[in-house]
Amino acid sequence: MNGIDAHEAITKAHHEEWARVVASLTRRFGDLDIAEEAAAEAFATAVQRWPADGVPPNPGAWLTTTANHRAIDRIRREIKRDDKHKEAQMVYDDDPPEPVGAIDDDRLRLIFTCCHPALAMETRVALTLRMVAGLTMPEIARAFLVAESAMGQRITRAKAKIKAARIPYRVPSAEDLPARVSGVLAVLFLVFNEGYLATGPGTDPVRHELTAEAIRLARLIRVLLPDDGEVAGLLALMLLTEARRPARVSAGGELVPLTEQDRGAWDAELIAEGHGLVRERLAAAAAGVAPGRYQILAAINAVHTSARDIRDTDWSQVLALYDQLVRLDPSPIVTLNRAIAVAELDGPEVALAIVDRLAEALAGYHAYHATRADLLRRLGRSRESRAAYDRAIELAGNTAETAHLTRRRDQVR
Amino acid sequence: MRYLISVIHDQAGLATPEEDAAIDVFNDRLRAEGHWVFAGGLASPSTATVIDNRGGEAMVTDGPFLESKEYLAGFWIIEAADLDAALKLAAEGSKACNRKVEVRPFL
Repeated sequence: MNGIDAHEAITKAHHEEWARVVASLTRRFGDLDIAEEAAAEAFATAVQRWPADGVPPNPGAWLTTTANHRAIDRIRREIKRDDKHKEAQMVYDDDPPEPVGAIDDDRLRLIFTCCHPALAMETRVALTLRMVAGLTMPEIARAFLVAESAMGQRITRAKAKIKAARIPYRVPSAEDLPARVSGVLAVLFLVFNEGYLATGPGTDPVRHELTAEAIRLARLIRVLLPDDGEVAGLLALMLLTEARRPARVSAGGELVPLTEQDRGAWDAELIAEGHGLVRERLAAAAAGVAPGRYQILAAINAVHTSARDIRDTDWSQVLALYDQLVRLDPSPIVTLNRAIAVAELDGPEVALAIVDRLAEALAGYHAYHATRADLLRRLGRSRESRAAYDRAIELAGNTAETAHLTRRRDQVR
Repeated sequence: MRYLISVIHDQAGLATPEEDAAIDVFNDRLRAEGHWVFAGGLASPSTATVIDNRGGEAMVTDGPFLESKEYLAGFWIIEAADLDAALKLAAEGSKACNRKVEVRPFL
């Protein structure tokens, strides 16, 4: 056994087993903090031992056993040090969850605890990336551009609240499940979007490690909740978006809009997987299951990724899907995106009338001004177009997007 | 596990008869289902008196310890299995008294 093989085995085990180890220890010891620390120690031990001793035949079982020993050691030390040590009191429900198509897996309990609605959104994101995805504190801090100490404190406070307030360790009841799953998906979508449209000066315009983590987590949840349409929808949406990543930023670091992307550079494998999921959900919709917003967004992306050339785009299909989405979510941002399809079918003038009605609601949103600027440019209203680009540039936080908007503005004569 | 459900309000005035009736129904349910520990409404913050006896001589100050628009109007202390159960009850309590509530675990 050489060191390189052992190193690869550890990386693979970290991807595949981290959440399982943390989840099973949390269940056994009723304490996220103990579980996290013991899991980290078990992986550190593997780094020391596997290159010399060889990779164990069942790495997952080896890691769980080692982590269990580490956890028991810590609990013994604490009992010795503090007679008043109270037994960990995180609650979990030992009954299998109600039949909702879910497999009873401790990882599912872990996900629902990390994404509990009583925790702030940014805390849910941090906790999920640490406990479920196994990212280190410095990695999470770097991804969200906050100081490591601040990120550490956020996670420590969250673990303390979970314990003190008794946030349960269980799969929610069937009645609460849809709302709680949608809360989990919101966390994953936020992680993905932060990776896809990274904000902040001097940061990479696309942070692949975040999009990749979000996809990995969505795949895991898909395995755990195979019958949930929105889980499939979000995974498909992420895959079809990620598939376009190679064509999305030019060599010069400029954002390339969908209409100008080199479609040959798109990732065919991810597109095929995404289309497969969308087809599965279309079949369910045909059988009378109303699709949720991620499924509709995925279907819109499936239409775009089905066109080999921008001119082949089935805009009437895109618009029909947006109409469906508006009924579900009549928010100004959905209306704005729908207007882009309207522009292709009915012309920029009709679209601009729709967009202008959003002025108040979206005044601070860069995409509103960028869309308006583009429509005004197509209508030959150059002065207004340039002004709208100026506003969009002021508001855009992504370096590649700023570069793209600046070039566009300078082209308008 | 015990939780404090604080009732937060930002306007003067006590509960209306309709709100009182809804609170009674909710309290009966808490008792029937074994969640009830204690509950009560509080007189306005202007009736409060602050005492500080840390220095050996009790300092008496007229008024609440904190002047703010939002104030504690009342509370429930409930027994619940976990935060999910407590949050469900708190949601019903908020609806019954028609005010915002805060849930906090006892140590």
